[in-house]
Amino acid sequence: MAAQAGVSVGVRGVLRTFPDGTQAIASLDLDIAAGAFVALVGPSGCGKSTLLRLIAGLDTPQAGSVSVQARDRLSDRSPVAYVFQDAHLLPWHDVLDNVALPLRLGGLDAGARRARAREALSRVGLSDVAGKRPAALSGGMRMRVSLARALVTRPRLLLLDEPFGALDELTRLRLDDELRALWRAFGMTVLFVTHAISEAAYLAERVIVFSPRPARVVLDATVDLPAERGPAIRTEPGFARTVQRLHAALELGGA
Amino acid sequence: MRAAWALPPLGALCVILAIWEALVRMLAVPLYLLPPPSAIALAGFHDARTLAVSAGITAMSALIGFFLSALFGVVLGITLSASLVLERAFYPYTVFLQTVPIVAIAPLLVVWFGPGLKAVCVSAFIVSVFPVIAGTLAGMKSVDPALVDLFRLYGATRRHKLLLLQIPSALPSLFTGLRVASGLAVIGTLVGEFVAGFAEGSPGLGITILVAYKQLRTDLLFAAVLGSAVLGLSLFGAVNAAGHFLLRNWHPSEQNA
Repeated sequence: MAAQAGVSVGVRGVLRTFPDGTQAIASLDLDIAAGAFVALVGPSGCGKSTLLRLIAGLDTPQAGSVSVQARDRLSDRSPVAYVFQDAHLLPWHDVLDNVALPLRLGGLDAGARRARAREALSRVGLSDVAGKRPAALSGGMRMRVSLARALVTRPRLLLLDEPFGALDELTRLRLDDELRALWRAFGMTVLFVTHAISEAAYLAERVIVFSPRPARVVLDATVDLPAERGPAIRTEPGFARTVQRLHAALELGGA
Repeated sequence: MRAAWALPPLGALCVILAIWEALVRMLAVPLYLLPPPSAIALAGFHDARTLAVSAGITAMSALIGFFLSALFGVVLGITLSASLVLERAFYPYTVFLQTVPIVAIAPLLVVWFGPGLKAVCVSAFIVSVFPVIAGTLAGMKSVDPALVDLFRLYGATRRHKLLLLQIPSALPSLFTGLRVASGLAVIGTLVGEFVAGFAEGSPGLGITILVAYKQLRTDLLFAAVLGSAVLGLSLFGAVNAAGHFLLRNWHPSEQNA
């Protein structure tokens, strides 16, 4: 799996109102640099997920535009990958076929996609369960499969919507570390939606804090922590200061 | 393990049959009112050939009707699921199929198709098709929205979406519809035979029941009813087994079965 440079994302004056009148996003501007790891933090229902769907192209804004640099569907079919809150695997397929699904939809032949799916599975440490059905796996393992499925297309933009929120603390911390390692290895742009402040501070290089609906940027902060992060960093004063700052911003936003 | 599971219902059956036999004998109930189980068994042996032939004919009609229902119901269910306009336009009329009393339109079937196999099969079809349409449609609409997003994100073709996502998602609900339809197909066949089964050749179980009734041969009537019940159960069992085979590896409803 070759390293694939990230792409930049631009959000210009985006407006999204749902048919029931709920204004999720009102005139939002955002610039994400290529290869950045950005956490989007905000209270529940503030429109962060809507923003992610807009960037993925799964939803269209009423006004404004979302641009993803070099999104060329012909030369690079799926430069964007999406990880949901739950694993959302196909229960009738085994793990390998689940991971290979995006390649199958892209028209890759069976041999090539299996090989790449095996590679992606080994990346998340799940080579030995390739033949199992999702129902036979634990929640954490299912989430890893979901992550492998997102990585298999070598995405240049990885969007994650509260991916580890439903997992137990220990599994979540472990997956946080794995995700960061994958980002450092591949260099894709990562947008990580979460409502956990410490997770945002631990993972990202830049944290954007949103107000309640309609989402407005309350704080756009660079995380001043070393690139090499491990469990020890959580007890350092720098980490505590970052968490405190994000917390204050969330309070200020009216959460 | 399996034998132990079958023991209580079998025991209950023996007890019920014994009480039935004893009561009928003690109270000297006339044979034409309520025959004892032994007389029913005897009638079954005595008329084994007739019963077997009619059961075969009924089974064939029920199977043809069921397969028509399965084919038409699944295709229509998938078609209606493709567009909300289509569903709104046609689904109310499929409910009509469910609510129309088959006894009322069976004579019409004789007018259209003439007495015999064709009319009987159509009767079985009309009675059993609705649960298949409803089950397929409900299943096709039960697809996980996140997976729909995922397929869209990766530019899935319509064919991929149908084959890899919608139809597998629909299978559990589809099989619920087929299970209900299997029992209904046998009922529709019997009703069809009552009205349209008097054609040339050998009669089905519906006709055997009518004839036994006219001759006051209540023992034979019971044997024929038993035969149709066995038929319905076998078809149900076969559909159930097919569903279990397809879903055994992944669907929660079949995990402990």
